[in-house]
Amino acid sequence: MVNKNGESRLSLWLQKGYLFLCFAFLYAPIVILMIFSFNESKSRGQWTGFSFKWYQEAFHNEQILSALYNTILIAVLAAVIATIIGTIAAIGLQDLGKVSKYIALEVNYFPVINPDIVTGISLMLLFIFSKIELGFVTLLLAHISFCIPYVVLSVLPKLKQMDNNLYEAALDLGATPMYALRKVILPQIMPGVFTGMLLAFTLSLDDFVVSFFTTGNGVSNLSITIYNMVRRGVSPQINAICTVMFVTVLLLLVIINIRMNREKKQMQKMDRI
Amino acid sequence: MKKKWFSYPYLLWMLLFTVIPMALILYYSLTDTVNGETVFTLANFQKFFQPVYLKVLWHSLVLAFYCTVGCLLIGYPMAAILANQHFVKKKFLIMLIMLPTWMNILLRTYAWMTILERNGVLNSFLGFFGIEPMQFLYTEGAVIMGMIYNFLPFMVLPIYSVLVKMDKSLIEAAEDLGANRIQIFRKVTFPLSAPGVISGIVMVFMPAVSTFVISRLLGGGQFALIGNLIEQQFLWVGDWNFGSALSIVMMVLILLSMAVLNRYDKDKEAGGSLW
Amino acid sequence: MEVRKLQKSFWKKLGITLLLTVSVFGLVACGDKKDDQKTISVYNWGLYIDPNVLDMFEEETGIKVQYDEFSTNEDMYIKVKSGGSKYDIIIPSDYMIEKMIKEDMLAELNFDNIPNYANVDDQFKNLAYDPDGKYSVPYMWGTVGIVYNKTMVEEPITSWNALWDEKYKKQIFMLDSPRDSIGVALKLMGYGFNAENTEQLEIAKEKLIEQRPLVLSYVVDEVRDAMLAGEAAMALVWSGEGMYLTWNDENLEYVIPEEGSNIWFDSIVIPKDAPHKEEAEAFINFLCRPDIAKLNVEEIGYATPIPAAQELLAPEIKDDPMGYPSADIIAKCEVFRDPGEFLSEYDRVWTEVKASK
Repeated sequence: MVNKNGESRLSLWLQKGYLFLCFAFLYAPIVILMIFSFNESKSRGQWTGFSFKWYQEAFHNEQILSALYNTILIAVLAAVIATIIGTIAAIGLQDLGKVSKYIALEVNYFPVINPDIVTGISLMLLFIFSKIELGFVTLLLAHISFCIPYVVLSVLPKLKQMDNNLYEAALDLGATPMYALRKVILPQIMPGVFTGMLLAFTLSLDDFVVSFFTTGNGVSNLSITIYNMVRRGVSPQINAICTVMFVTVLLLLVIINIRMNREKKQMQKMDRI
Repeated sequence: MKKKWFSYPYLLWMLLFTVIPMALILYYSLTDTVNGETVFTLANFQKFFQPVYLKVLWHSLVLAFYCTVGCLLIGYPMAAILANQHFVKKKFLIMLIMLPTWMNILLRTYAWMTILERNGVLNSFLGFFGIEPMQFLYTEGAVIMGMIYNFLPFMVLPIYSVLVKMDKSLIEAAEDLGANRIQIFRKVTFPLSAPGVISGIVMVFMPAVSTFVISRLLGGGQFALIGNLIEQQFLWVGDWNFGSALSIVMMVLILLSMAVLNRYDKDKEAGGSLW
Repeated sequence: MEVRKLQKSFWKKLGITLLLTVSVFGLVACGDKKDDQKTISVYNWGLYIDPNVLDMFEEETGIKVQYDEFSTNEDMYIKVKSGGSKYDIIIPSDYMIEKMIKEDMLAELNFDNIPNYANVDDQFKNLAYDPDGKYSVPYMWGTVGIVYNKTMVEEPITSWNALWDEKYKKQIFMLDSPRDSIGVALKLMGYGFNAENTEQLEIAKEKLIEQRPLVLSYVVDEVRDAMLAGEAAMALVWSGEGMYLTWNDENLEYVIPEEGSNIWFDSIVIPKDAPHKEEAEAFINFLCRPDIAKLNVEEIGYATPIPAAQELLAPEIKDDPMGYPSADIIAKCEVFRDPGEFLSEYDRVWTEVKASK
C-alpha cells in the first residue's frame, strides 16, 4: 500500500496486527462452535469423534428448517423496512423544532433501553388489545419497531456531519425534494444507512424474547427453537445449521469482494484509457 | 422547503409502538392489584429503594460502565484503522465484524464457556507453556469480557461510519501547521468523531445495563443484575407492577446518565445535539 | 465517480443474494399447507416428545397436530393467559397447574374419552396440585437430587449436608432456581420444601448465604456439559439431568438424599378455551398408551407414571433405583405447591442471597 499519509511500514504492520488480534477475539468462539458441529457426541464439553450426522439430521428436521426460513425472512424484511423508515425519519428529525426533536429523540431511545422482556410483553399487550392475531405479521411489526431506533442512531451522526447547504443548493437549482434527497443527501449518509441496516439485520436475527411474546400458533424462529431446546440440551443440529448459514454468508461476501475488486481494476484500466 | 415532514411517518409509528406500550408499562408501575381491584400507588417504587435492590442496580451500572469503556478502548482504534484502509476491503472487513453476531448469542456464549472452562481450550493452551489451570469462568472478568465481545461491533460501526466520511484535508491542514499525531487526534480527529462515539456509547451502554444471558452463563448466576431482576418479576414472580417500576427507574437513570454524558458533546451547534 | 458505481453494484448484489437465499430456503421449508382437517394445537416443553408419536397419532386418528414449544412454565403461562393464542393441549408442571386451576384456566377432563387413564399408576393420581384429579393426567415425573463425581468425592453422598461441606469449596454447582435451592436449605433446616412463612425463608436465606463461598456457580441447563467436563465435584440437579449424566459418564452418580426431596410432575391439561376438546382428549388417551409412553420415555429419559410402559424399557433403565425410586423414598418426597403472592418473598430472598457478595 502506498503511504499517502506518511505512515511508516512499522505503523502499518502494527495496525494490521491489531486488527488481526481483534478478529481472532471475535472469531474464537465461532471456530469452536463450528468444530463442535462435527462432534459425534451431543455434549459441548467432550470431543468423541468426527461425524457429519448432525448435518444430515438438521437437513431433515422440518422444524429447524422452517424456523431458519422464518428467521431469515423476518430479518431481511425487518432490516429493509426499518432502514427505509429510519433513514427518512432521521432526515426529517434534523429539521424538527428544538423541543419536538428533543422529545422525539428521547422516545426513540426507549426501545434501546428497555429490557427485551418489557418491550416484548408491552407489544404483546398492544397486539392483543388491538385484536391483531398473533403470528407472522405481529412478529414482523415487533422486529421493525425495535430495529428502527438503531437505524436512526446510526444515520443521525452522518447527518450532523453533512453540509446542509448542498441540499439547499440543489433545491435552488430546481431539484425536487425527492430528487435532492436521492442525489444529494443519500450518497453522503450512505455509510450510516449501511451501518443501520447491518445493525437492524443483526438484532432481528438474534432476538429471542420479543419474538417469543409477539409470535403466535405455529410461527417460530431459530432463536425460539434454540431457547426451547435449552432445558433438554441444545442439539448440535443447531450448530450445524448455523455453520452452514455462516459459511454461506462468508462465501458470498468473499465472492462479492473478489468481483468488486476485479470491476474496480477494470474501471481503473478504463480510466487510464 | 423543509424536510421535517419526512419524520412524520416515524413519529406516528413511535406513538403506536413505543409510546402506547410505554404508557402501559407506566400504568402498571403506578398500580397494584389489591383483592382483585386496581388501585393507584407508589408502593412499587418504594419497594425498589431497599438496599438489596439498590445494590443490584449499582452493580449493573458498574458492569455496563466497564463494558462500555472496554468497547471504546478496543473499538476506537479498530474503527480508525478500518477507516483509513483501502476502499473495497473496508466494506468486507466491516461485514466481517458483524458476521459473528449473526450466530445465536446463546450458542456463542456456550462456545465461550468451552474456551474458558477449567478443563477448557484456554487452560489447555496455557498448559503447553507450563501454566497451571486458572479459574476464568464464573468470574466478573468473564462477564465483562463476554459483554465486550458481544457489544464491540455496536461501538465500532458508528465510529467507523463517521470517521470514514471525515474530511481528510483537515488532518492534512493540521499536519501542515505542524501539529503532531497526538495533537491531531486530540484537536481534530476525536472531536470530529464525537457523534459516532456518542452513538456507540449509547448503543453499548444501554443494552449492557439490562443484559442477563451473558452474566448468567459466564458469571455463573452469581451476580444479580437489574436485567435478571426485571425478568424474574415478569416471568417468575408474576409481579408485573414491580417489574414495570424497576424498568421505569432503570430507564430514567440511563436517560439521566446519558444526558450528563451529552454535556461533553461540544458539537451542539452543528446540526443540533442528540439531546 | 467510480466509488459511487461500486457502491451501487455492491448494494444490488447484496440485495439479489439475500433474495435468492430467502427464496431457496422458502422452497425447502414451505411444506406445510393448511386445510380443513381437524387440527389440535399442542403446547409442550422443548424436545419433550418423540416426533414420531405425532405422526403416528395423525395417521391413526386423522387429526392433525400443530406443535409449539415453550422453555419455561412462566413463559407458557403469560402466553396462554394473555389469550393471544389458543391451545388444545398444554403440558406444564405441577405448581403451575395448581395456579391455573385456581385461576379457572383449565377445563375438566371427560375421562370417558380417556380410557387409558387406567394405565396410570394410582400413587400418581389425585396429587396435591390437582386433589380431585379432574384436570390433569401425569406425563412425566422426577425428583431433585445431587449428582457427584466419584473421582473427586471420597465417600458416597447421602445427605443435603454435602452441599455445605467446606472440603468442596468452589466445587459445588447450585441450581439458579429459587424454589429448588431455597427448598433444599429449608429441608436441611427441618422444614418442608414449601416454606410456610417469612421466618422460615429468612433462616433458609442465612443458610444459603453461609454456603455462597463454597459455590462455584449457580447454573441451570449448562450443568450437564459442565459436569461432564469435570468442572465441579457435585451439583444440585433435576433427576432428568442426573440420569442423563450417569448414563454418559460412569464416574458420575445421582442420589436422592435421605432427608427426602422434591418430586415433580409434568402433566397434560386442556385449557378452558380449547377449540377442540374432544380431539385433545383423544390425544391424551393416545399418550397414555403404554407403547406410546415407552417411545416418549426413550426419547426424553425422564420417568413415566405408566407402569406398563416402564415394563417395556430396557432392564438397566426400568430397575434403576434412582430413576424409579422405591415407594418409601417417594413417600419422603414433597410436591411443590403454588405459593401465590408469597412467591415475591422467595424472589426477594433469592436476590439477597445472590447480592450478598
